[in-house]
Formats: sequence, C-alpha cells, structure tokens
Amino acid sequence: MEKLKVNRDEIPWQQVYDAAEGIRHRVMEHTIKNNGGYLSQACSSAEIFAALYLKILNLEAVENPILPGKFQGVPGHNNPNHITGANFHGKKAPQYDRFFLSPTHYSLVLYTALIEAGRLDPSGLQEFNKDGGVVEMIGADHSPGMEIMTGSLGQGISQAAGIALGRKLKKETGRVVVFLSDGECQSGQFWEAVQAMSHHKLDNMLAYIDINGYQCDGKTETVMTIEPLDKRLESFGARVFRVDGHNVEELVALGNVQPDGRPTFILCDTDPCKNMDILKQRIPKLHYVRFNNEEERNQYREVYEKLKQGLK
Amino acid sequence: MEILTKVHAKNLVKWAEDKPEVLVLSADLTGSTEVDSFRDTYPDRFYSMGIAEQNMMSFAGGLAREGFKPFIHTFAVFIYRRAYDQIAMSIAYPNLPVTMFGFLPGIMTPGGATHQAIEDISIMRSLPNMTILECGDATDVESVLDVANSVNGPVYIRMLRGEIPRLFPATEAMELGKSRLITEGSDLVLLTSGICTEEALRATEVLKARGLSIHHRHITTLKPFNDGAVIDAIEKTKYGVITMENHSVIGGLGTIVAEKIAEKGIGKKLVKIGIQDTFVHGASKQFLMKEYSLDAMTLISEIEKLVGLELNIKEDDLTEPYVVEVHSKAKVEAL
Repeated sequence: MEKLKVNRDEIPWQQVYDAAEGIRHRVMEHTIKNNGGYLSQACSSAEIFAALYLKILNLEAVENPILPGKFQGVPGHNNPNHITGANFHGKKAPQYDRFFLSPTHYSLVLYTALIEAGRLDPSGLQEFNKDGGVVEMIGADHSPGMEIMTGSLGQGISQAAGIALGRKLKKETGRVVVFLSDGECQSGQFWEAVQAMSHHKLDNMLAYIDINGYQCDGKTETVMTIEPLDKRLESFGARVFRVDGHNVEELVALGNVQPDGRPTFILCDTDPCKNMDILKQRIPKLHYVRFNNEEERNQYREVYEKLKQGLK
Repeated sequence: MEILTKVHAKNLVKWAEDKPEVLVLSADLTGSTEVDSFRDTYPDRFYSMGIAEQNMMSFAGGLAREGFKPFIHTFAVFIYRRAYDQIAMSIAYPNLPVTMFGFLPGIMTPGGATHQAIEDISIMRSLPNMTILECGDATDVESVLDVANSVNGPVYIRMLRGEIPRLFPATEAMELGKSRLITEGSDLVLLTSGICTEEALRATEVLKARGLSIHHRHITTLKPFNDGAVIDAIEKTKYGVITMENHSVIGGLGTIVAEKIAEKGIGKKLVKIGIQDTFVHGASKQFLMKEYSLDAMTLISEIEKLVGLELNIKEDDLTEPYVVEVHSKAKVEAL
C-alpha cells in the first residue's frame, strides 16, 4: 500500500479508483469472514470515500497508519481518559477540513477508507466489532475517523452545522464536510438542518449524499419517496450538484467549488451493486448482507478470490 | 414581598457582557423567554433557529464542540419532549456545556397540556451527565447563570419569567448542590422547590403559631442530589418528610428524596405533594394549584395527617398570595 502523498493534486486518478476497489475488496473480505456486513454501502460509496480521503479533504497527514486503542469509557465528569476517533484525521487546525460520517452503518466503509488512505493500520480491522475495542460495527465518537455521535439519523448534519457556524465565528478557513445516505433525507431533522444552514449562510459546508436508492426495508421509492431531491434541496436554498457517484474526477472537481453564500450538496447517484454483480441476486434486500447458507457464502468467496487477482 | 419584573431579561444582558462565548439560541419564542433584550444588545451572539427544536439541540452540540456556550431558550416541553434523542446523543452523551432554559414548568401556564412541563425532571434526570436546576425566586433567576456556567457539561434549568417574588436576599446566590435553609425545626422536614416554596411560605407563620417546628429547605439542585444537610435533617426529624413540587410525583423531587431515604436506610415517612400522575389543563396558576392540590392548604392537611393533629387552620389564616394578572405587562403573551 502506498502512503498518502502530502500533495493531493499529484495523486493520479487511477490511484483513487484503486483505493475504491480496495474499499470494496476489504469490506467484502470482512463480510465473508464475519458472515455479515454492510456490503452494498461499500459498493455504492467506495469512489466517494476514496475521492474524499485521497483528493478532496484537506487533512493533516499522519506520520504512520494509526492502531486503534482500547475503549476508554464514555465521556463524563469522571472520565478524563475518554478518547476521540478524530486523531485519524490528523490534528485540528483552523485551515484543515473536518469530516463527519452521518450514517454510521457505513462505519466499515469508513474504516477501510482510512486504511486505503494510510491513516488506519490494516490490522486495526481485526478489532472490528470486538468486545472492548473501538472499531465498532456502528461507529461512535471514539471510533477511527469519528468525532461526533451520528448514528441516530438526522443528527449528524445538524451537529456539523453547529460546528460550521462555530468555525465561521472563529474565522477558520477549513470546511465542514459531511457524508450522508439518501434514506436519512426522509427525516424531519435533516430538513430542519438544511433550512438552518441556508438561513445562516453556512457556505463552509459541503455535503456528499450517496443516493444508492435502497434502504433497510428495500427500494427507497417504495419506502418513502425523496425525489426530486435536487429540486427539494434547491428550494430550501442550497447549492446543488448531481453527478455519477462513481466518477472520481467529477466528485473531486465539485469538492473544489468556491463558496457562494449557500451550503453545497453533491448528490451522488450510485449503484449499490457496483463492480459486484453477485449482489444483484439480493435486490431489493441490500441493506445488510448475511449469507443464507454456506453455499451462498462460498459463491461470495469465489467472487472475492477473482477480485483479489484483479487487484494485483 | 418585593416583586420584580423581567428579571432574566435584564440580568442576562448584564451577565453576558464579558462572556463572548455565550450564544443565545431561540426557537421563535424570543420575547416569551425574555431574550429579546439580549438579541437587541448582542445581535451577533443571537441565533434564531425557527420552530425546529431537534436541529436546534444538535446544532447547539456542534457549537459547544467549537468552544462556545449555547444558551437554549424555549418552553420546557419543547426541549425535553420534542428533542429528547437530540439532547441525549448530541449534548448529554458528549457531556457538552449546553445550557437549556426551560420556561413554563408545571402549572405555570394556562396554555394547557401541550405547554405544561409536568414530567421534565423525571425525564431529564435519567440522562447521564445532566445537571438539573430549578428557580423559585428572583435571586435564583439572577444567580442560576453563574451556577450553570460553573458546570462543565449540560444543564437543564426550570426557569421563571414575568413577575417574580424575591424570597431570598439578592446577596445570597444559589449554590450548586446546596439547598437553602428557610427555617430550623425538629417535628418534620419540608422540602420545597420552584414556585412551591413561595406557596409553602404562606403557611409558615400560622404553623409556627400552632406550635409546629418545621425544618424547611428550598431545593434548587435536583441533580446531582447530594446535599448532606438534607439527609442530616431527615435522619433527625421526628415525624417524617414532606416534599412539595410543581411536577409529577413520579420522577421529581419526591422520588429523588424517596431514593435517598431508601439508600440511607432511614425509616421515615415521606409525603409527596405534587401533580398526582395526571395531565393538567389550561387555567390560571392559582386555580390549578388548588385543583391539583399544590397549594398551602394541601400542605397543612398533609402536615395534620403526618403529625396526627388537627390544626384548625383556614384559608384566611394564610398569608395572601401574590397573584400575577393573566395579561401582566411583564410577559409578551397571556400564555
């Protein structure tokens, strides 16, 4: 694995695509090993995460990949030892971006992206969902790459908005970047947040939404329609772009747009089975992959082995 | 009795002058929660969040993470009922210094069940990291800001507005975790909070004249609840303890004291005066205090039962209550 280069502009596009494939590959490996995982989320968002960590986010480089520590207790008056997962993003400074994952069922995708970016030691993934560890299945503030509590959907963007206003008041130049899933755009709090971001002109906010079209119950349009999401967001006063969420060049170009007084939303249309055709057999139940039997698991093993050879 | 108007409105502006980190967030109840003067004095530190409390709570958590001290102002019901998950995960879990000013506690509004916070202490005290304070007079309202600001974590305040009596000298500020001793006495312990302290004081003189010796304390810190003076008084008292609160008898002051008595193994009887596990309706404070047995006459009858005496006290023997007009100029609406 190549170490993160300091100058993001010099990273070739192919390296970003390779990192995206690496994310899919690692999440698949894990899903097979643990007989379960959020695999379709990795397929839909791999390019977005690879683009964010390798090209878009202005984060301090880390010297060496970091090993996750042990769980040190929840925050509280009597716990000075509580740890944050934000150190995987380097130190906080006015000029650096801050990145927040809103849908925490994407945590495994985040962890593998951190590995691809040279920020998390690959062996850290062995801690995944292990008692007493911090590499939790549904990440919390102490998990690698996480800083705030976002698993209750809708709360991530509001907290990020508060942080964005705070950073503006302190005249910090770094941006607040949020990754969202499409399902959470159904929640009232999401829309409360968008109207507040527009009203208070939080143009230091950049949100990437993974529109893979599926949620826990099945196809999003059968659960609760969110489209036309671009028009809805625009009518709330946001600046909206809609792109192919697997096109790294486009994702990166939009990550460099100049602020214009409005919060920016980048709607990423994605395929939850991207580069993993075997997943299509499970449509519309894509939210969580658990194998029905050993035979199915073996089919995934075969695909995994082929992918592994393709990556070499 | 000295009655003051718009205590919080005036006090907050003065208090916040040298505290640029203090930001006020309002959900379309700016005049109603007495932060209009703050807004006009410090427009750059006032943020209108609209009728969108869930976002307001999480947003405040974000601001607190950046070193600011958000002061949330709205009616109490819209804090804990409408945005509980947001308080729990965006504020309480990370132990962030967000102060929530909850107005219209209990029966303080003719706005009815939708506006009456009757179970807020019960709900908020079960949240880890949360500190809960309650104001009972103008001195409490003035000094609660320093108390809340001294806590490095979330604080929920049951707040008063409009016309408020001054029961305690302005120089005797509220202290975290310390109750106020009103009278010493050995027959029974009376623990009152919020507006119930003023109501209980109406009966003090006549009870004394009838020969009762009451250890009366005004409680302002509901969580954490570890004032040794309260426990000492309960251990020493003759007949038992009466709690009196503008809140449901489930989960508030009465429950807190019951837990303490049980934990300490003190074999004393406890009488809980409060809202008896029922919703309330829209009517005046005086009417509701009588209807739901939160008044001084209820206190007297409970004391009679506890000590086994007939005191023969009538309403006329009590000190007159101060009645705030529904359309008092000290508040922006009749709510």
